[in-house]
Parts: sequence; C-alpha cells; structure tokens
Amino acid sequence: MFSYYIKLAMLSIKRNPVLSALMVFAIALGIGACMTTITVNYLMSNNPIKSKSDVLFHVQLDNWSPFNAARDPDQPPLQLTWVDANNLQKAGKAFRQAAMARSGGVIQPENPDVKPFQDSFRLTYTDFFTMFNVPFIYGSGWDKQADENAEFVTVLSRRINDEVFGGENSVGKTITIVGQTFRVVGVIDEWHPVPKFFDLNNDDFGEPSALFMPLSLKLPLELPSWGNTNCWKSPEGEGFVAFMNSECVHLQYWVELKDASERDSYLDFVNSYVNEQKELGRFPRPLNNKMSNVQEWLEYNEVVADDAKMMMWLSLMFLLVCLLNTIGLMLSKFMGKSSEIGLRRAVGATKRDLFYQHLVETACIGLAGGLLGLVMSYFGLQGIRLLYGEFADRLTSLDGNMVLLAITISVFATVIAGVYPTWRASSIAPAGQLKSQ
Amino acid sequence: MLKMKNISKVFRTEVVETHALREFNLHVQEGDFVSVTGPSGSGKTTFLNIAGLLETYSSGRYLLDGKDVSNLNDTARSKLRNEKIGFIFQSFNLIPDLNLFDNVDVPLRYRGFNKTERKERIEHSLALVGLSNRMKHLPAQLSGGQQQRVAIARALAGEPRFLLADEPTGNLDSKMAFSVMELLQEINSKGTTIVMVTHDPELAQQAKRNIYVRDGKVSELTDNSGSSEYQEVVNG
Repeated sequence: MFSYYIKLAMLSIKRNPVLSALMVFAIALGIGACMTTITVNYLMSNNPIKSKSDVLFHVQLDNWSPFNAARDPDQPPLQLTWVDANNLQKAGKAFRQAAMARSGGVIQPENPDVKPFQDSFRLTYTDFFTMFNVPFIYGSGWDKQADENAEFVTVLSRRINDEVFGGENSVGKTITIVGQTFRVVGVIDEWHPVPKFFDLNNDDFGEPSALFMPLSLKLPLELPSWGNTNCWKSPEGEGFVAFMNSECVHLQYWVELKDASERDSYLDFVNSYVNEQKELGRFPRPLNNKMSNVQEWLEYNEVVADDAKMMMWLSLMFLLVCLLNTIGLMLSKFMGKSSEIGLRRAVGATKRDLFYQHLVETACIGLAGGLLGLVMSYFGLQGIRLLYGEFADRLTSLDGNMVLLAITISVFATVIAGVYPTWRASSIAPAGQLKSQ
Repeated sequence: MLKMKNISKVFRTEVVETHALREFNLHVQEGDFVSVTGPSGSGKTTFLNIAGLLETYSSGRYLLDGKDVSNLNDTARSKLRNEKIGFIFQSFNLIPDLNLFDNVDVPLRYRGFNKTERKERIEHSLALVGLSNRMKHLPAQLSGGQQQRVAIARALAGEPRFLLADEPTGNLDSKMAFSVMELLQEINSKGTTIVMVTHDPELAQQAKRNIYVRDGKVSELTDNSGSSEYQEVVNG
C-alpha cells in the first residue's frame, strides 16, 4: 500500500498546487533558518580529531596569584609559562608532547617578483605534526635534532607554498623569515581543524598557521608573542629574556598518551613537577593542575558562542511558527478532501488506512520542504559568510550529516505537525459526505 | 440477507432530539431488488446508511448476512463493507483525478488483492458496464450516465452480495436513467441483492418490491413481482 499512498500523495499535491506550494514554502523557510544556525553551532561544537580525542590532552598548571584564581571559579590559567612548557617538554614523560606558541613576522620570498609580507607562525616541536595527524603534500616535519639544536627549518602551509613557490615541491629550498634563511622541510596539505582546538586562545576558527618552525628558535630570534598573553605579576627585570622567564602565560602544551588510562599517572607527574617548583618559591596556590582531552577542552572553553546558541533557539521557534501555519494549511487541504475520504471509508478503508495515507502525504510535503529548506540554508550560510567575512568561512559549509539532519528534521517535524490534520481527516464520518459531491 | 428488527435512530443535539427511524423492520432476502420510496426527511437515507454500516443505530437489531453488526468495531465494519456491500450514489462520487481504472481499483486496494487479480476484476467490471475502452479516461471526460456506470463498476468489482443505491438516477436524464436501471436489473438477475432509494415512482415499480417509508417507519409494501412472499419484506 505504501507505493499506492505515494501515488495518491502526488495526485493530491498536484490537485492543490498553490496550497501545497505554500506548505512546502512554509516548511522550507523554517528548515532553512534552522539549518543555517544549526550548521554554525554544529561546526563550532565539532570535534575535529575524534579518532584521537581520548588520548590527546591539554595541560594546565595553576601558577597564578595566591590571592585570585586565574579564572572563576578557582580555575587555572588556560596557558603555560615559557619555563613550565619547556620543562615539561624536556621531561618527555608522555608518548608525544608539543609545547607551542603563536608568533609572526615578515616572510621574504627568494623570488623577487613576490613582495615580502607579514604572517603568523606557529612555534612548536616536531611531535605536533604526528600528534595532530597533520597531512603533508611534500616532505614531513623536522627531526628531533632540529628542535634540540634550534635549526632554521620550516614547514609551510599550502597557502604559503602556493604564494611563494607557486605550489611546487619546495622541500630543500630556502625562504627568508624574520631576516633569517630557513630550509623548507615539508609542506602541509589543506588542514583546517574546526574549531582550531590546539589553540583556542587565538582565533578559535581561524587558519592554523602560515608556517611552522621549532619553538627553540623563539629565544635566540626573540620572536614576539602574537597570541594572548596573561600575567598575574610583572616580569622581574626588563627585556625579552626577563619576559620569557616571567610568570606570564602564553604557550599551549599538549601531550599524547598511549592510552587514556595513563592520564592519572601523567597528572601525577605534572603535580610532582609543580611541587618541585613550589620548593623554588613558585606556584603559591594549592595544587590545581588540569588535564583535558580534546572534547573536554572544547567544552571547557565554551567554543560555541552564546549568540550562536541564541540564534539557534530563535530559529527553532521560527520553525515552530512555520509548522503551526502548516497545520492550518494542512487542515484546510484535508478537509477539502472530505468527500473523497467519505467515499474511501464507504468502500472499505479503515480509519487507520486513511491515517497512513495522509501521513504519507504529509511526509512527502515534509521531504519537499526539507529539500527546498536545504537550498535556503545554503543561501542563509552564504549570507552569514558575507556578514561575518573570513571568520565564518569554516563555519558555513553544509556537510552530508547536515543534509541528512535537515531532511530528517523536516520530515519528522512535518509528520508530527500533520498528526492532528491527519487524525481529523481519518475521523471524517462517511455518511455525511456521500450525499452530495 | 438483511434483517432489521425494531431499529431506531435518534440524532441528538443539546436542544433537540430527532427520531430518524422508529422501530424500523425490514427483511430483504438474497437476490431481492427492493426500492425504497418516501417523502424527504422520512428516513430513507438514514436507513440506507445504517444498512451500509456507514452509521450506527440507537436501538434494535441488525443482521447482515446472518451476522449481528451491533458490536463490530470500525475495522470490522470497514471489512464487512468492503467485502459484502457495494455502494452507488446519486452524485457518482468518483475521484476526479483518478482515471476509470484507478477509480474502480479503490475498493480492491483495501481488499488486499494482488495486482493481477485487481487488473482482472477492474477490466471485467468495466466491460460489464460497457466502458472497457475508456479505462484511461478521467471522469470529467464522460457523460453523467457513463460516470454512473463507472460507479456501478466500482461497486461490482469486489463482487459484493449486496448493492445499496441512493438515488442512482437522480442526476441523469430519463434516457440515461433507463439505461442505468436496465443495468441494475441485469446485475440483480445474476443474483446480487439490491436495495435502491429513489424518489421516482416509475423506477420504484421496476424493482421487485417497493417499501414506502414515512416518519421513520415502513408504512406500505408493494409487491411488483407477483410473489406471495412480500410480507417477509416487512415482518421478517
């Protein structure tokens, strides 16, 4: 009977094209608004490295003031000091570990046709690339010696490789960065984890970095911090070295453990490190160190903006209003078929038969509304992109999951909305409908 | 075939009670052709709706093909309607956007026949009413008489034992009415029991028996066939 009901649904839709189109349009409008905001929320709350989410941990140490917590309520700072990040890195207690910081400066291509330009760098350790599954098109990350010896090596993003080397394999070539000649060891492919989970202090949804170089170069080259920096007390002394040895936090520190069960033992190590530092007069607060896996870290940082959540709830309310309108239109449509319903009842259709028949018709309208709604959400997302510019680029693409969700919400919501009109239609008393047509 | 004993039907609103049928008694035997006449508001249509299980009754007893239908639920009543009763209406009640084939198919869909059997029955029924060459036409492309023939084909497709006709010629001119009446007589001659409500005394006379309904009761009987069993019609 299902195919028969589909056929009847198509005939019914064709019979009242204007009413049917109004219903489809109302649903599409609601779905379009909903999917636009749900997509933004979905991408904001996405876990971009699900496969390793449970074994990658962000580490926080509470080096803050004895009088105030870094963040309420009693939370440690989000980043680490230069001293602590390097100490933990050198201890090498995790399977992999990478301290990192954002910096930037002038890039001067060898090709005289390409003008020098300024861009951001990520200073880190070679484990960064394997820990975060960074894809390479040419070469690879640098080796551990380059970290230890502060070698002038770099990994370029695809964008920079395209701009400076015209997209060619640049491994082995040189590039001038902050006045120093660097050897290119690798070029990474398109890689835009959304959100940029490994550094949520600096542009949650932005590009990972134009290029990467060893963190050990920060001190000799006096590379400035281009990320958020927070201090609870002033550096002891003047100049770059004093700042680097201060209690100012501006580095992120991630570890990869072989197994999630090693989390406690690594935290024990971190706590014992802090206890050692306490003996040196640092870390005046009680032990309050934290480790968060990727999902926990995203939730802790409340990556989804409050206004995005608010927009999503408003759009869901709008969908509700659209569905209420659809209920009215559906009632009108189904009541207009009362003589056909009476006839079907007279010749043997049960109430259940008619309920299913109209439910299938409702689902067809929902499906059409969902498909048109997808087109509307595409334009909605383009609108957001125009409104917010580059920031929204990574948050405004519909993926397969979103398409499936749009159609599911549309069909499900329409069927729910259609239950009352469908029940009314199937409950029409046949006797009263058959005398005249 | 159809046996009604003291059937009453009361329509109630908050302010008024209307007695559509009062102690209505009727016995229609298998193969009979009974016409039902009476003034407007006398209860003819209510009787037909109750006989066709489209409406319930307030009191009394109704046996359809020997089965008491008083306590049947909606599904059982629908099944009984589908299997045993065919309906013909004054305004044909064809579905306008279905072609003749699909219109006749409607009751068969709810019967659960397979595709081949449905096709055979539809073609046979349409051939019986002389419209087998118009299966793909829409109702609007036919004359009134032809549309009523399609309605008859639809009623016959499930091979019901009992045909209920409500003013089947009410919307037709006399020539078409005559041809539809001939068709009904032919169907009856093959064994199908027919109960027909009509305002037209000439048509009523063409049935084997006629009952006259007044104030919700059978007030007169006429035997047009010369049979001595006519009292059965009323007294059961």
